[in-house]
Amino acid sequence: MRNRIITRRAFVKAGATCAAVLALPVVAPAAEHAPLMRTIPSSGEPICAIGLGTWITFNVGDDPILRHECADVIAAFLEAGGRMIDSSPMYGSSQPVTGYGLEKLGRPETLFSADKVWTSSAAGGPAQIEQSRRLWGVPRFDLVQVHNLVAWEAHLETLFAMKAEGQIRYVGITTSEGRRHDLFEQIMRRHPLDFVQFTYNILDREAEERMLPLAAERGMAVIVNRPFRQGALTRRLEGETVPDWAAEIGAATWAQFILKFILSHPAVTVAIPATTSVNHVRENVAAAVGPLPNDSQRERMAAYVRDL
Amino acid sequence: MSEWWTYRPEDFLLFSPRVYWRMFELHNEALWPLHLITLAAGAAILVLALWRPHGHGLWIALILAALWGFVGWSFLWDRYAAINWAIAYVSPAFWLQAVLLAVVGAGGGVAFDRRDITAWLGLALAVLAIVAYPLLPSLFGRPWTTAEVFGIAPDPTAIVTLGFLLIARGGLVLLLLPIPLLWLLLSGLTLHIMGDTQAWLPFAVAGVSFILVVLRRLLR
Repeated sequence: MRNRIITRRAFVKAGATCAAVLALPVVAPAAEHAPLMRTIPSSGEPICAIGLGTWITFNVGDDPILRHECADVIAAFLEAGGRMIDSSPMYGSSQPVTGYGLEKLGRPETLFSADKVWTSSAAGGPAQIEQSRRLWGVPRFDLVQVHNLVAWEAHLETLFAMKAEGQIRYVGITTSEGRRHDLFEQIMRRHPLDFVQFTYNILDREAEERMLPLAAERGMAVIVNRPFRQGALTRRLEGETVPDWAAEIGAATWAQFILKFILSHPAVTVAIPATTSVNHVRENVAAAVGPLPNDSQRERMAAYVRDL
Repeated sequence: MSEWWTYRPEDFLLFSPRVYWRMFELHNEALWPLHLITLAAGAAILVLALWRPHGHGLWIALILAALWGFVGWSFLWDRYAAINWAIAYVSPAFWLQAVLLAVVGAGGGVAFDRRDITAWLGLALAVLAIVAYPLLPSLFGRPWTTAEVFGIAPDPTAIVTLGFLLIARGGLVLLLLPIPLLWLLLSGLTLHIMGDTQAWLPFAVAGVSFILVVLRRLLR
C-alpha cells in the first residue's frame, strides 16, 4: 500500500517537475530541452538527473547578499527542471540558507529534499533530523542519509523507523572520496537502502568496479557527489579547450563534458554539483539535456582528460 | 572520525574565501565606529607600557582581557561560528584567555616593564598589529572594508597580546601564551588552505614570538 501511495505521489511530482515550478514565478523548460529523468528504483519515481549540492557554496552565514545569490541559484535550478537539493548539518549554514531560498521561492512543490544525519550520538539522531527539517522549512524530508557512515547502525534503525511511519520517504547512506568503501558495500548488501551517495567522476572511477554495479543489482538509486572534485577539476581544465568531438554528445563546456560522462553510467541516478553561480547551475542542468556518450566515447573522454 | 588519515586539511574548510572575507566586511559594518574605541584602547595600553605608571600591569591586563572576551563573543561565537561550527568550540578558549588575563592582572602577577631586545621587538609587534594590520587589505588586493582591526578581529588582538607578553615579566606570563599562539596557527592554517598569501603572517608572528620566548628563557 505504501508503495502505491508513493508511486501516485511520485507521479504527481514528476508531472509537475518539467511542466512548471508552479509555486514559482519561473518559466518551465521547453519539452525538447527538458533534462534527463532517471528513476528511483525502490519507488519508480522519476527525478531529474542533475541535483544541487550545497557543500561550501551555500555556507554563507547571515550574509544577506550571498543568501540572496543562493536563493537565485535555487530558483534557476528549479526553473531549469532540477529537483534534488542535498545538504547536511555538517555544512555550516547551508541548511538555513537553503531554507531561506525555499521560503523566498514560496516553498516549491517540485523540490526533492535530501539531507543527512551526522552525529556520533545514536540518541541524538532524531533531534538533529528535526532541527534540520526546521531549518529547511519543509514538512518532511524526501531523503535522509547517514552522513559518512557516522554511527550508521543506530541511525539506519532510526531512519527505517521514520520511513515506516511516513516521516521521511527514502533512506540512504553516504561516503565521499573513496572512503570506507568496504564497509559501505557491506551495508549495501545487508540493508534495503533506497539511495547511496559516493564520489564518482571522470578521474575518480573506483566506483565503477563494485559500487555502481552493486547499486544496480540491489535496486538502489545512486547520488554522485564531488563530480568536479570540489571545483578542482574544472579549475584545472579552465585553460584547456573542450575538444571538437565533444559536440557529438552536446557538451559545450568542461562542466557539461564531465557531467555527461557521469550521467552516461546507467547506474547513476543523480549527480549533485554545487555552485554559487546562476549561469553555472543552468549549464549543469543543461548537461542532462541531449545525447550522452556511449561506452567508446566514455573511454575517449576519460583518456582525453587524464592526458591533459 | 574513521580513517582520519585519509582527510586533508582542505576537507575541513567549510566556506569559500569570498564568504570568509565578506564576514569581516559585515562585522566591520555592524560594529563601526567601535573600531575607534578599540584602537584608542590599543594606543592606551601602548602608552601605559611605555610610561609604566603604578598599576599599569593591572590596567593593560584588564583591557586585553575585555577585548579577548569581546572578540570571542562578537566575532567568533556570534559571527564566525555561523560558517564554521568548529569555532563554537574555539570561542571558550578566548573567554578562558580573558579570564586568565584578568586573574593574572588582578593578582599582580604581571608587569609590562622589560626593556631588553625581545621586549622592544614585542613592543614593535604590538604597534604594527594596531597600526598596520588594518592596512593589510590594500597589500593583499582586498577591499579595505575587510580590514582586521585590533579588538574587533582575532588575529591583530592575538598579535598585540603576544607583543605585550614579550614585554611582560611575571611567573604566570607563560600561562598566557598558548591560546594566542594556537589561534594564530589556526588562523594561518585557514588562510593557507584558502590559498591566501596572507597566511604567512600569522604563522610568522606565532613562530617569531615562540622563538623569542624560548631564546629569552635559554639566555636567562
